[in-house]
This record gives sequence, C-alpha cells and structure tokens, in this order.
Amino acid sequence: MSEYQRKHKRKKRLILFTQLAIFILFITVWELLAKHGMINTFITSSPSNIIKTIINLYNTNNLFNHIWVTLYETILAFTLTLIISILISIILYKSDFLAKVIDPYLTLLNSLPKVALGPILIIWIGANEKSIITMGILITIIVSIQSIYNGFKNTPPIKIKLMKTFNASNRDIFLKLVFPQNIRTIVNTLKINTALCLVGIIMGEFLTSKAGIGYLILYGSQVFNLDLVMAGIFILIILSILIYKIITYIEKRLEKY
Amino acid sequence: MDTLVQIKNLNKIYESSDGNVIALNNINFDIHKNEFLTIIGSSGCGKSTILNILDGIDKDYNGKIILDKDIKIGYMLQEDALFEWLTVEENALLGLKILKKLNKETKNYTINLLDKYGLKDFKDKYPKSLSGGMRQRVALIRTLATKPDVLLMDEPFSALDYQTRLQVSDDVYRIIKEENTTVVMVSHDLAESISMSDRIIVLSKRPGKVKKIYTITLTNKSTPIENRKAKEFAYYYDALWKDLDKNV
Repeated sequence: MSEYQRKHKRKKRLILFTQLAIFILFITVWELLAKHGMINTFITSSPSNIIKTIINLYNTNNLFNHIWVTLYETILAFTLTLIISILISIILYKSDFLAKVIDPYLTLLNSLPKVALGPILIIWIGANEKSIITMGILITIIVSIQSIYNGFKNTPPIKIKLMKTFNASNRDIFLKLVFPQNIRTIVNTLKINTALCLVGIIMGEFLTSKAGIGYLILYGSQVFNLDLVMAGIFILIILSILIYKIITYIEKRLEKY
Repeated sequence: MDTLVQIKNLNKIYESSDGNVIALNNINFDIHKNEFLTIIGSSGCGKSTILNILDGIDKDYNGKIILDKDIKIGYMLQEDALFEWLTVEENALLGLKILKKLNKETKNYTINLLDKYGLKDFKDKYPKSLSGGMRQRVALIRTLATKPDVLLMDEPFSALDYQTRLQVSDDVYRIIKEENTTVVMVSHDLAESISMSDRIIVLSKRPGKVKKIYTITLTNKSTPIENRKAKEFAYYYDALWKDLDKNV
C-alpha cells in the first residue's frame, strides 16, 4: 500500500470514528442527564426508557404487528404508485395533446400539500386502511409521473432515429428503446418514492388508524407517553434505513452496464 | 456502370410558422454500384436531408427517387447510438431483430463481422468498455448486418477526436471495400472526402443545389490515410475549397 492510500484509509477511518463517537456521545449525554434528573424524562424520555418500551411492545406481541402494518401499507402504496405512474406516463408519452393539456393540472396538484386532502379522503373512502394507502399514493404519484414521463420524453432523438432507420414500429420504439433507456430513471424515482411513501403512510396513520408506527406515535402523544413516541420514532428510523438499503441493493444489481 | 439509385428533381420545403424554407432545390444525381460518393456542403445546406429522404425516414418531398429493383438501404448516423443496456453482440443484432430478419444465418454473418473486425473479445461486453473507434465499428456492423446495397453515412466520424477520426475512417473504409458496399457519405471535411471518395458532389448553401460533381482520380489509390499523400490531393482540395460556399 502506498503512502497516499494509507493516508486516504486513515482519513476514512477517522470520519467513521467521529460519526460513531457523535452518536454514542449524544445517547450517553441524554441518558446521563435523564438519570441525574437534569432533564424532565416526562418530556424528553431517555434511551433506556425507549429500549424498555420497545421490549415491552415486543413482550405484549405488538411490536412486529405495528411494524408489519406500516411496512405493508408502505409496500402496497409504493407498488401501486409505481404501476399507476408508469401507466399514466406511457399514456402521456403516447399522446402529446393529453400531456400538454394535463401539464398545468399536474403542476397544480404537485404544489398542493397533500395532507390537506386527508379529511376528504376519510369522508370519501372511510376511516380505514384504504385512506392511509391512498394518502401514501397521493403524496408520491405526481412526482413519479412527472419524472418518469420526462425520462420517456428525453430519450435521445438520435436513438429514435436509429430505430426508424430499421423501420421500427412505435411499439418497438417504446419497448426496445424508450422503456429500457429509462429503467434508471424509474429506479431513481423509486428511491425518492420510498422515503416519500413512508411520509404519506405515517401521515395517513396520524389521520386514522388502529395500528402501525404512526398510530404508536400519535397514541403516545395523546396519552402523554413520550417513551412510546420516541420508541415509535426510533423504530421508524430503523425501518426507513432498511427500506433505503433494499432499494440501493436493487439499484446496484441493475448497474451492470 | 450499374446505377443503383436515381435521384430526379428532388425538392424539399420545410414549413414553419415564419414561412417556408426551401431546403433542397432540384437535386439530380445517380448512385453507381460499388462507388464511394460523398456529398459536401456548408452546414445547413440540406445534405443530411438528402440522406433522410434516401433512407425513407423523411417522406415529405417532391421529386423522384428511383431504386434499382428492390435494393436495401442502410443508414449509419452521426453518433454510434449504441444501447448501453445491450451487449456489443446484442447491439450489432439490433437492426436484424427489429427488421424481423434475425435467423441463424444472419446471426452468424453478424458475429463473423464482429470477429473479423477486432471485436471478438468484446461481444459480451457492454458499450461503455469500448473505445470511440470500436463503438463506431459496432455501429457500422449493426448496419452492415442487414446487408444493405447502399450504405448512407451522415458525418460518421464527427463525434471523434482527430486522431481517432483518421484511424476510424481507415477502418471503416477497409470494411466497406471488403464487404463491397456502395456508400453515400455526407461530410464537411474536405480532406476526408477526397481521401475516401470516388466522386464528390458539392452542394451550394441553402437552398441546396448541386453545384458541381467531381470524379476523384488519385495515383496509387489505397487507404484514406495513404491517399492524402497522392499528388492530385492538393489540387482537389484547392478546387473544392473554392467551390464551397462559406458562411463567414
């Protein structure tokens, strides 16, 4: 190993070490302050209380149920968003007229804070899981449609010309060029979607739910059990990291070219 | 000499919101079998339009294109336009596949071309691992795989740096001659045109008209790089330079 490589490696290790140190320091200080009564754990909770709460949830068999509910809603909303946005993007790509007509409406819907639609969803769909999943879809779908459609539209003209020199049909141009050309755009959109989708689901669970991590957090705050609120947030962090890792793995697998 | 294609009274008008633009004005010329014909002219004179019309992508024109029997036309574009998600071999077979002419025989023919022209070890690789020159060769083979009687080339080397460009034009020339292909190339590079062509058509600036047709006769004609040393080279260069409409 050269001097440069060694230096580079040392620097990387130092960064990782500092990152870990900050985390440990934060947790330790929090715990110590709580233990010595210097902060009010009724409001701030404490790391040990959070762990106790999680163990308690596990012992009463609720932990994985709540995680599963949120995960299931997220995956469903995510998958539906993906399918619907690809289908709509294809329709818009095929019809330039429709795309131009619909464009201002998409922009309008995009700038609307979707959470404002919550009350309407509950009245129209009902105070049930369907409303939560719809919220998850609503929050992600406009951005998905816009980025996938733009990807389709930005297919290099020279490649389309190439396909035409081989007398390719529109169907061939789409299936053999436009779609594969945009797999990456779609995966990137997925990456943004997962985080957004989770936001939508938690928002939905805040509005109406009987289970799920959003339910835990909301319930905790209503009964002023900050341990439960913090535990919910902690689980949510772990869950979002996990989902992110899965998507990054899929992305890597696709990156052979 | 066999004539493969006759272009008669070809006119092309572009309609736009600020009025019509005449792109091509009464173009007439023939394409002979096995010749290397180059069309030169300043940018915007409509030379690429001629190729688009010959290929059949552009059907909006006036005049007659008379093809000899049912000859096939292949088109090599300005950029290689390789698909990054397909291997070199899949890229080379793309045209055949879309034309629904992919069978054992045509596939073997294409793979043979890849082997023959230095891409043997790259068949299963993706385009990103190829050099600019190799990419251009794959693009050429993708077109040659469909066995065109006339190969159209639209500034095929313009995306390459100068040294690669010289090397690739030599490569492409060798492949074209070995496979006995008739070529119509569009270029704005005088030296390149003289070194490769049998005939050169000079187009005037817009509206494009045939200004002059040169038959290039070089002593000891060989590869494009060698041809640049021929004693007639400077004469043609000078003559073409004077004929070319300058936009500056």
